[in-house]
Formats: sequence, C-alpha cells, structure tokens
Amino acid sequence: MEISANQRLSLTGRHHPLADTGYQLTVLNAAQTSGAAWPAFGSKLRETGLLPLRPTGISTLQLNVGKMCNQTCKHCHVDAGPDRTEIMTRETMALCLEALRQAPDMQVVDLTGGAPEMNPDFRWLVEQVSALGRQIIVRCNLTIIVANKKYHDLPEFFARHRVRVVSSLPHFSAARTDAQRGEGVFERSIRALKMLNAVGYGQEGSGLTLDLVYNPSGAFLPGSQAGLERDFKQRLRREHGVEFNSLLTITNLPISRFLDYLLESGNYAAYMDKLVQGYNPAAAANVMCRSTLSVGWDGQLYDCDFNQMLELPVEARAPRHIRDFNLARLQERSIVLNQHCYGCTAGAGSSCGGATV
Amino acid sequence: MEKNTYYNPADLAKFGNVTEWQAEMGRKFFDYYGEVFKEGALTEREKSLIALAVAHAVQCPYCIDAYTSDSLQKGADEAQMMEAVHVAVAIKGGAALVHSVQMMNKAKELSM
Ligand code: SF4
Ligand code: SF4
Repeated sequence: MEISANQRLSLTGRHHPLADTGYQLTVLNAAQTSGAAWPAFGSKLRETGLLPLRPTGISTLQLNVGKMCNQTCKHCHVDAGPDRTEIMTRETMALCLEALRQAPDMQVVDLTGGAPEMNPDFRWLVEQVSALGRQIIVRCNLTIIVANKKYHDLPEFFARHRVRVVSSLPHFSAARTDAQRGEGVFERSIRALKMLNAVGYGQEGSGLTLDLVYNPSGAFLPGSQAGLERDFKQRLRREHGVEFNSLLTITNLPISRFLDYLLESGNYAAYMDKLVQGYNPAAAANVMCRSTLSVGWDGQLYDCDFNQMLELPVEARAPRHIRDFNLARLQERSIVLNQHCYGCTAGAGSSCGGATV
Repeated sequence: MEKNTYYNPADLAKFGNVTEWQAEMGRKFFDYYGEVFKEGALTEREKSLIALAVAHAVQCPYCIDAYTSDSLQKGADEAQMMEAVHVAVAIKGGAALVHSVQMMNKAKELSM
C-alpha cells in the first residue's frame, strides 16, 4: 500500500476538519440520516442501572506524556505523529509524583503517548516513579527501540525498573500490521521484540512482562482474546522465535484518525451499528474510567485517554488539573460520557488492559 | 431504499426474523447454529474459515459478506482467507473433474 506524504502527517498537521474535537463530537452526535439512530450512551447506562457512572476506586494513574511519535498509524486515537510537539514538562511530572505520594492506592502508573520514550524527561520520570515503588506500565510502540541509537538500550532500562511493557502488534501478518501502522513497521517491531526477549522480557521465570496489544486493522471488532492469543503465540514463536506473555484485545474507538478512516471508507454507520448492537451490560460495569485517572501533557485531568483526546475534561465539580489533585473529590465525580463510549462496552468489552469480561 | 435485485444486503440483518413464521424450528436452528460456531475441537477462527470456504462453494452472497467480516474479526488474514477459498475451489473443481472418469469410461465403452 502506498503511503503518501500526506498520510505521514497528523490530522492536525493536515489542518483536517477532524483535528477539531468539537467537530468530532458533532459527527458522533449527529442525527443519523441513514435511518439508524443510536440511543445516547448515557441512556443505555441508565437501563443498566449505572448512571451516573462513578469510579469504583482509582488504582491507576495514566500519564499521557506527549503526542510526539515516530509513527503515524492510521487508527491512532491520539492523532500522534512526528509533527506533534505537545510534551509533558518536568514540572508537570513533578506534580504527578506529588499526587502519587498523596495517594498510595494508585499502585499502577501507566505511561503513554505518542511514543512516551520521546519525551526528554521520560527516563527521569520512570526512575522517580520506580523509587516510589509503584508498578510502571510503558505503552511502547516497539519501533522506537530501533528508531535511533539513543533508544537501543531501552530494553535494559525497562528491565532495570521492572517496567511492564505493553506493545501494539495488530497482527502476526506483516501485511495487516503494515496496513495499519506503516510500511516496514512489522519487520522493525519483530526486531524490537527480539531485543526485549534477549533481556528476559516475555521469558518464563524472568518476572519481566511483555504484553502485546491487538487492534483490529479495519472496521470490525476484535475476536476472542484467548483464541487470538493462542494464534499469536503459535505464529510468532514458529515464524520469528518471539515470546510474549499475554495478548490484550482493544477495540478501536470511533474518534480521531480511526473516525477519519471510518468516514473516508464509508464504514462509519455500519461500525457504530456493530458497537451499539454489541452493548454488553457486564462490560459496561467494568469500563476502565472507573479505576483510572488520566492526565494530559499539560496536567489537565480526564476520565480516560479517549476523553482526553476529545478534550472532554473531568466534570467541573472535580479538580481539573493535577496541581489540584484530591483523591476523595475525584472518587466522587461522575464520569463524562459520549457516544464513543460504546467502543468500551461492545462484545467482551475493551480497556487499556484488553477485554473486560 | 429497496434495491431492485433478488439479493439485498439489508436482508442479512433480518435473518433472525425467520422465527416469526415458525418460532420453534427457527429457535432450534439458531441455537444449533450458535453451538456449532463455539470454540471446540476446532478454534473459532478455523470454523469461520470453513464457513467462508463453504459460502463460496454454495455461492451465497449473504454468507460471503458475513464470513469475510467474521474471519477478519477472528484474526484471519488475507492469505488464510484466500487459501480457504481455494480449498473450496479445489473440491468443487475436483468434483467436476473426477466425473470425467465416468465420461472416459462411457466413451471407451462406445468406441472401437
Ligand atoms: S497508535 Fe501509537 S504508535 Fe501509532 S501513531 Fe498513535 S501513538 Fe504512535
Ligand atoms: S470512552 Fe472513556 S469515559 Fe467512555 S466508557 Fe470508555 S473509558 Fe469510560
């Protein structure tokens, strides 16, 4: 598949109408001309007895440390890319560390981006969080490890801090991976996986966890997590000698570049139908915003990374910036919902930790 | 808008409505159908690929539509899907060709 120069730019870099989150919300809430009207997500939750949606207990602090990325994947909900310059400063990171000190129950710190490793203070942040004794997740896109010499020692760095590495590999076929993530990404990802395996990641008994993320490379939902994990393990081992721990299946939410893809390919209405028809009350009870707090590059607080990318901050009654962090008040908030939330509740459910039921 | 053809993609979503005219048999069919496609000795992906191959053999546009989506969803890639179709093609083609033995037998019987 040809990748034009245009496709390597983010929606923002292309001045695309969907770079405007207000416009994305307009599309998501538009009265449907196709004759298929989707009920408001909130009304679905009301039927399930979950409205207002409240946190069950915030155990994960997810920090989006910047939108800069060495890749420009077609489905990216962050609209990340080499042309994005928003980056979390060390001052904001220090405020996050302060919040962690105040809230020992937030046991997991989930670092995402963009490519989080491209933030110049990334390693400093990992060292500080590690010193606090919290579990660290890094959402590593794999290719960053081989992108430049200065990143080649990331596997050793991760191992030193017992980081749990969670990496996207949408398919065990090179063609399907490259179609979503860019030409040559599969081959570079395999090289990076071998480097992670070499320091012990994904190897039995090492205690170093390497999980892979499966995102459908098109307008369909993920299949069974257990079944796909078996296929991935078999194929990656047989064809590439690569080992990993678990496969997490994540549904693409209809926002940002995936929304652009859905609209451009004419799949939007059928995809929304699938999500709405797939509504699963059990998955609704387990949505990740009930246990996660998301911090943007500028310190703003959100219910999840998706709301962050739609610029839907936590409700006005709650503290809205990490400098005003107050766990008790954040636990009492009601979570801000919109039509994209159907992506978290379809089928077996979806979260940053994979399927939820 | 209704399309003026025998096959309408929108009809696929109405498949379940067949129970309206025969509830008991319809229900039993769909229960059975659901059971068949559950993971068992074969994986869900393998079953989906078999269904895709059979869909081509019976040349059912509804089934081709449904099991193309389902195969992708179950994690199959293009190569696996095309190989599955070739299995159907080989059996259909082979089934035609193997009858030529009968043709040869008959021709020999009639010839000097
Ligand atoms: S999906 Fe991940 S790797 Fe791809 S562009 Fe977005 S942030 Fe970068
Ligand atoms: S999109 Fe965010 S707010 Fe909506 S259900 Fe999913 S995690 Fe919760």
